[in-house]
Amino acid sequence: MMGDAIAWIFIFPLLGSVLAALSGFVNRKLAYPISVISMVGAFGAGVETLLQAINSSTHEVSYILGGWTLDLFPRGVGIEFRVDILAGLISIIVLGVGLIVTIYSKLAVEDETPNKESIYYSLMLLQITGLAGICMTGDAFNLYVLIEVAALTGYGLIAIGSNRAAAATFNYLILGTIGASLYLLGVGYLYIKTGTLNMIGIREVIEANRLADSATIQVAFVLIGVGILIKMAFFPFHVWLPNAYCNAPTTTSCLLAPLVTKVMIYVMIRMLLSVFGVEFSFESTIWVNWMPWLVVVAIICAAFMALAQREIKRMLAYLIVAEVGYMVGGIWIYNYYGMIGSIFHIISDACMTLCLFLGTGIILRACKTTHFDGLRGLFSKMPLTMIGFFIGGFSIIGLPPTCGFFSKWYLITGGMVSERWEYMVVLMFSTMVMVVLFFRLIERIHLAVSESGENLGKGHGDLGLSKEQTRFDEAPLVMLIPLLVSASCVILIGIYNQEVVNQIEIFLQDYDLPTGVDH
Amino acid sequence: MSAPLIIEDIRPLLALIAPWLGLVGIMWAGEKRANLRESITFITASVQAALVLSMLPIVLSGAILEFHIWQIFSYVPMLLRVDGPGLLFACVASILWIATTLYSVGYMRGLHEHAQTRFYSFFALSLSATMGVAFSANLLTIYFFYEMLSVSTFPLVTHMQDKDARTGGRTYLGYLLFTSLCLLLPALSWCYVWLDGGQMTMDFMADTGKVGHFSETTQIILLFLFTYGFAKSGLMPFHSWLPGAMVAPTPVSALLHAVAVVKVGVFCVYRIYADVYGVEVLSQMGGEEWIMIIASGTILISSLIALSQDNLKRRLAFSTIGQLGYIALGAAIATDRGQGGAVLHIAMHACGKITLFFCAGAIFVASGKKYVSQLRGIGRRMPITMGAFMIGSLSVIGLPPLGGFISKWYLALGALDRDATWVVVVLLISSLLNVFYLLPVAVTAFFRSEDTEEDDASIKEAPWPCVVPLACTALGCFAMFFWSDSLLKLAGVSP
Repeated sequence: MMGDAIAWIFIFPLLGSVLAALSGFVNRKLAYPISVISMVGAFGAGVETLLQAINSSTHEVSYILGGWTLDLFPRGVGIEFRVDILAGLISIIVLGVGLIVTIYSKLAVEDETPNKESIYYSLMLLQITGLAGICMTGDAFNLYVLIEVAALTGYGLIAIGSNRAAAATFNYLILGTIGASLYLLGVGYLYIKTGTLNMIGIREVIEANRLADSATIQVAFVLIGVGILIKMAFFPFHVWLPNAYCNAPTTTSCLLAPLVTKVMIYVMIRMLLSVFGVEFSFESTIWVNWMPWLVVVAIICAAFMALAQREIKRMLAYLIVAEVGYMVGGIWIYNYYGMIGSIFHIISDACMTLCLFLGTGIILRACKTTHFDGLRGLFSKMPLTMIGFFIGGFSIIGLPPTCGFFSKWYLITGGMVSERWEYMVVLMFSTMVMVVLFFRLIERIHLAVSESGENLGKGHGDLGLSKEQTRFDEAPLVMLIPLLVSASCVILIGIYNQEVVNQIEIFLQDYDLPTGVDH
Repeated sequence: MSAPLIIEDIRPLLALIAPWLGLVGIMWAGEKRANLRESITFITASVQAALVLSMLPIVLSGAILEFHIWQIFSYVPMLLRVDGPGLLFACVASILWIATTLYSVGYMRGLHEHAQTRFYSFFALSLSATMGVAFSANLLTIYFFYEMLSVSTFPLVTHMQDKDARTGGRTYLGYLLFTSLCLLLPALSWCYVWLDGGQMTMDFMADTGKVGHFSETTQIILLFLFTYGFAKSGLMPFHSWLPGAMVAPTPVSALLHAVAVVKVGVFCVYRIYADVYGVEVLSQMGGEEWIMIIASGTILISSLIALSQDNLKRRLAFSTIGQLGYIALGAAIATDRGQGGAVLHIAMHACGKITLFFCAGAIFVASGKKYVSQLRGIGRRMPITMGAFMIGSLSVIGLPPLGGFISKWYLALGALDRDATWVVVVLLISSLLNVFYLLPVAVTAFFRSEDTEEDDASIKEAPWPCVVPLACTALGCFAMFFWSDSLLKLAGVSP
């Protein structure tokens, strides 16, 4: 069983998914405990896998479904799951977020999608399986399949909500399908040229045959790159994201928002480093010249759009678009620190977005709205929720010692080493926008002043609300505890950032990225 | 000079944690048990001061205390270190916290303020951050506590929760976070990457002067990024947050915006000049003269603005900006005595200015008056308060036998060591300006006759918890003159 930990990561949620669907025939209430148990199992297996990867001499573990050998050239035709340290870290995040959201979901799912619990949990577990699979597969075609698994279940999870969600889903579906198709086309080209679908295999063939100048490979690179950019909601391909996340049921947005875009960033890193190789991706293509500029545009636009929102959920949705820009920028400024920053930001952004969306879910439940006008007095009503929420917010701003500070630190450092000043300046700019966003929120909750600047209460801290509205009324524990757990993760990952970064550095040893510093 | 003895000691950390424990107690006691809550604050402040003072003999004997908390980056630890200047600053802040706590009781109850639990809680947090800055051993550690202070003082600045509070709070955070995130952070990461091949520890003791490896232009750019990045130091043109923050209740203005927050700013600037650049590098780079000119400009301009302010608290705020300029100036002079004078001025000005703010608050509690022009004849109604105001004014002006004299004396000596006679002239002019904007307040209060129309007969001294602290700090101004030996030793200048 020890060696099969990777397989168990999939068996638990797949089995759970089937059981949750079947539970609909017996008792819908069973779906929740089944999901939680299977997520606990999957998370445990994920931790075990990561530890195996860290402790092994090659820093990776591999599991071959179907038993095909890897010794042939081109490497392996079977289905390989390969977990190196990067894949292990990201899949742990996926499974961890999945577990926390599953626990959190109890009340929200009952309220928002009554009578559909069994289907909902079934889809949710499949979604997590798909996302975790994306992180761990070692096969470019299987990656496509798993992207589609995640996407299809994602459509279901969003559309299960209100009527408006259905329209948003359609949007998402069109763009998502285009993105995935482009990716598949790219993989097709790669297969034509290299004769293998295994990621390592593709790179070995490219390097062994010096295919870097091959037009086929170049085209494949562009197709795959653009496909991934669409899937990760990189501006201007972000149009599907805000509506999809805002109209979806609470639990869905809590699950999708922290993970989907981040996992696609992972895919981009995986493709650039492991499939095409550092030299091809960064030296042989011209992407590296203009991608940072696209990132600049993306971050500025997303930041302005976030500023224009008057609803927490929509604001957060645009924040995610901006954060995607951060990470893509970190990759394409092409150096060691930027890459560390991007990878660390995947982890920290997943945690802080989770924190914010969990908090928003609670606010929505308590206030029936997430519009800025309805939030006054929440500090006295739900202090713990607010603390959790704003820890996430401070992390987005990048205040120490939250994890957001450290990822921003590496990203800025990366920009400096590559002398990509435009990227650095835009990071500063968006940091200030985040300050405005979150402190404006604090103002709206804390002060007795309307947006146009009139005093509302009678002074001396009177918020112009009834006693009833400001009475201590904290969220139910099943929602509060996941929020506080994720908030503590934000701080703990910040404090122990060195442990994480050390692992990322071990992963990056195999790749020759410029450090910009003469050691 | 031989390397000082370094002792591993947990007390600096305890001084940091004490307010957090106090915070728990304060929240637990809550609004319903106000007496208990204030007692807890008082005990916390006393414990913190006792911890800080207990380190005094060790540091005076020439040793240095260190405590390693955790490793931020591979080469940069979160390290606390207690040396002379840091301890001096910590002593001043923690002792004055005791006084402020007592004063807050009088002030907040006197005005029936709301949300006092929140007030005391965030006050405790701010003091924890202040201790952190005072005891930081490297740039990154100091940055962490600096940011913590910015955020934890925001609820205090916006305490009134009304429109003015919103404006003040926005100015406050806008300036402080913009500068720290957009100027300071790049400067820090620049040092981190390019010094020692990415192995820069940014330590204040081990790495002093390493900035000298950079080209001259880079050094100057970095100097400006650091100086303005720590915008709490109030150097013009990044000073407007301080008058904006005066919307806060007076105890906040007194302890935070005359002692803790602003002094954290200049203390950070002092650390940069004295311990990151070091006297040798700083005095040869050419950029420090710019800073000296800017600081002198700040001193003179803010004094002139102070002259025109009728609102007493705003007048004091601009006076504070000017006095902060002294400290930045002294640090930039880049001579041992100049920098010692800067450190001394942190303490001396703190004691004088907190007295003035206490008095302003006491007047407001007793009579509801905020403007200098309303104060005619009030000195006869409130003799202790206005007497203390007089003493505080004289100390800030820098007359013997008051503390303010000593620091100004060393600043002038430092300037002469460098042959910068013009600095002495600036100091003299500014002292004159201090006389013009501070003394009329006391003079009006004592010697002008009361307005006949107004019925001021009901005005008497503020409640005793307000009066006792301000009397004590006024006496403190004398004490600092007569027992200045250990202060001088902490500041690193020989008497």
